[in-house]
Amino acid sequence: MEPSDLKTNENLQEAGTSSKTPGSLLNKPVSRRDVLKMAGIGGLGLLLGGGAAGALFKGTKAFTRKESVLNAGRTNEKVHPFYGKHQSGIITPSQNFLCFASFDLTVASINEVRELFQKWTLAAANMTQGSMLGDSAANTSLNLPPADTGEAAGLIPSRTTITFGAGPSFFDSRFGLASKRPAAFPDLPKFRGDALQPQWCGGDIGVQVCADDLQVAFHAVRNLARIARGSAVLRWTQEGFQRTGAAEPANGTPRNLMGFKDGTGNPDVNDAKLMDEVVWAQAGDGAAWMAGGSYMVARRIRMRLEVWDRSTLDDQQRTFGRYRDSGAPLGGQDEFDPLDLNAKDAAGQPALPVTSHSRLAHMDGNTKLLRRAYSYSSGLDAKTGQLDAGLFFICFQRNVSKQFIAMQQILAASDKLNEYISHVGSAGFACFPGAAEGGYIGDTLF
Amino acid sequence: MNIRSSLALSALAATLLTAGCSNSSTDTNSANAASTSSNTGTAAASASSSSDSSSAPASASAAASADFTAAIDSYREYVITETDALVKDTGAFVDAINSGNIEEAKKLYAPARMHYERIEPIAEALGDLDPNIDARDGDVDPSEWRGFHRLEKALWEDKSTDGTKEYADRLLSDTKLLRAKVETVDIEPSLLVTGAVELLNEVSTSKVTGEEDRYSRTDLYDFAANVEGAEKIYELLKPNLADKDPELEKKIGDSFTVLQNELNSYAKDGGYVSYDVLKEDEVRKLSQNLDALAEPLSQMGTLLGV
Ligand code: HEM
Repeated sequence: MEPSDLKTNENLQEAGTSSKTPGSLLNKPVSRRDVLKMAGIGGLGLLLGGGAAGALFKGTKAFTRKESVLNAGRTNEKVHPFYGKHQSGIITPSQNFLCFASFDLTVASINEVRELFQKWTLAAANMTQGSMLGDSAANTSLNLPPADTGEAAGLIPSRTTITFGAGPSFFDSRFGLASKRPAAFPDLPKFRGDALQPQWCGGDIGVQVCADDLQVAFHAVRNLARIARGSAVLRWTQEGFQRTGAAEPANGTPRNLMGFKDGTGNPDVNDAKLMDEVVWAQAGDGAAWMAGGSYMVARRIRMRLEVWDRSTLDDQQRTFGRYRDSGAPLGGQDEFDPLDLNAKDAAGQPALPVTSHSRLAHMDGNTKLLRRAYSYSSGLDAKTGQLDAGLFFICFQRNVSKQFIAMQQILAASDKLNEYISHVGSAGFACFPGAAEGGYIGDTLF
Repeated sequence: MNIRSSLALSALAATLLTAGCSNSSTDTNSANAASTSSNTGTAAASASSSSDSSSAPASASAAASADFTAAIDSYREYVITETDALVKDTGAFVDAINSGNIEEAKKLYAPARMHYERIEPIAEALGDLDPNIDARDGDVDPSEWRGFHRLEKALWEDKSTDGTKEYADRLLSDTKLLRAKVETVDIEPSLLVTGAVELLNEVSTSKVTGEEDRYSRTDLYDFAANVEGAEKIYELLKPNLADKDPELEKKIGDSFTVLQNELNSYAKDGGYVSYDVLKEDEVRKLSQNLDALAEPLSQMGTLLGV
């Protein structure tokens, strides 16, 4: 740990309090970070020196949900609340890493589904706040596997968000929910050029975990899968990444693996009215239980990077309709210049080529969705020896038919980008509204 | 594994026992693949109703730290019964090999092994016995490779019993040594608890992947036997568990049922279909059902106190 973490008064005070009443509140959630923080102060350092896993948790204090504590005094670290009107991980800023997990339910009754979501909710609330799973006893008994798998012990919350959604198959005949399926959440049609592989498609439940640390994110997926054992099985998982905040402190628009800034044209998440129009399902939309939720579409899009790498810069820029360097629209100056569909180049042709990705995806200017994509790299394609890498495209919207499907139909038909990409995976999830403290994710549906 | 051998090895040699010495051996000896694959439910049920149900519930509720004496005694009996059957069935298997009857030997191979697989954690705790009996090619130095899988290779891959007599005879004497040793094993409650999970871990790491019986493709026999061995332990601890954590007890019981049903769908001619027949998604489903069982099973340690 960094010594500077310990210098704030608050930390000293917290630690001082707890050292007077060691072990008095053992059954409260234990902040992963508290464990190490306390160990660094005064005589408590012996705790760590002792090395026994049990000792690590014995003297920890009651867990408080104060951000400063969770962040070990780092004021630039944000903790996303788990409970609230909306689930975090949708309009909250994207983190450095993604671990996505698609699950299939193996239980037969809605009651068991409910139980799973209740357990998941508690676990997710703990993990997003940086707490250990299970109380101290459940992590120190020598006769049992520890409740928390442990790889995130001592790590800060890392802005973790965990977002749950129900796939189309969730609404089949098994749980009696067919009538609850929202009209705004249809099956996706087969788009032109789709090369979908079953092992990257579908799922009863989608869980999007994002965090600024891959180990923290993985820990969450792993523990959710563990909790689900006997109730649900993993169907597929995908890790994703983008440049880290450390690599780009200025926090500009991240670049995808084709080298272009990706996310520029996204709607402004700070505009609440716009978010209600574009992202959040509304009570009057037809499925009242989804009010405050959002529909996710995830597409695993492989990039033919070898081919892309041998196309000229001009070709590349005309593919997106933007300059690679600045991210500005072709013919424009600044990254955030509006797309001018009427602009002409020197030869009198549209400055934004009619088959360019930005132009086509812009549509009429009124059809929008919120993209929250990550790059992925999954080693080699054994058959060709080429990189299996691309974009794990995630988007959120209020109505899948009117937004993603309408847009993808246009892109699939004419996007110049199609020369370089191939959609190999696809899934849709109706992401529930947020849960209130004491409630659980999905409680408006079950 | 928390297991201790209380007799010195030299003493063991003197008391080396042969097949058939144990009271209940005849019942089990007659068990062939047909009965073992189909009767797990009843075997388990009778186990819980016969030996322990009378004494265990009373003792479990008596004190905070439960009394496992009844469960341990029953388990020891089970282990002895299985090793008796192992010695007997291995004897027949070895006879077939030594008389050059390849087809007969092939038939006897997988059922004989099941007795071993049901009690594998015990055998593994007894020093070199496990590698001598059950090593696969590559597990040990080639010069030391013997046991079941050495003979499996001769039967299915070399298709010849030439030069196998030495291995066959050694296998029989190794199983007899195991039979002698199990009598002396000190079984602790923690062995029961971890042993059950270990049996399922065996399935996870080699059987479900088809690495165990790579020549004969009889992996599902071993799979089933490991599960049966774990289920036996669960049945013995069930009264204690029902007392301490009924929800967990039910969850484990349900998960065993799911997995057994799944396995039963691959039963064939008193045994199991060849591993080769399984499709990818079928293997995955077996594996996931196994994990679904092993996770709650690993919580049985709650019986030992926290
Ligand atoms: C590998 C696949 C893809 C890549 C590499 C990619 C890349 C980009 C890039 C570089 C931009 C310009 C910068 C920006 O506005 O963010 C962009 C814009 C956009 N893309 Fe994609 N994209 C991909 C797939 C998709 C898909 C599948 C959709 C939706 C069906 C989509 C929808 C959009 C939208 C709505 C815009 C903004 C258009 C506007 O400015 O109004 N993209 N994309």
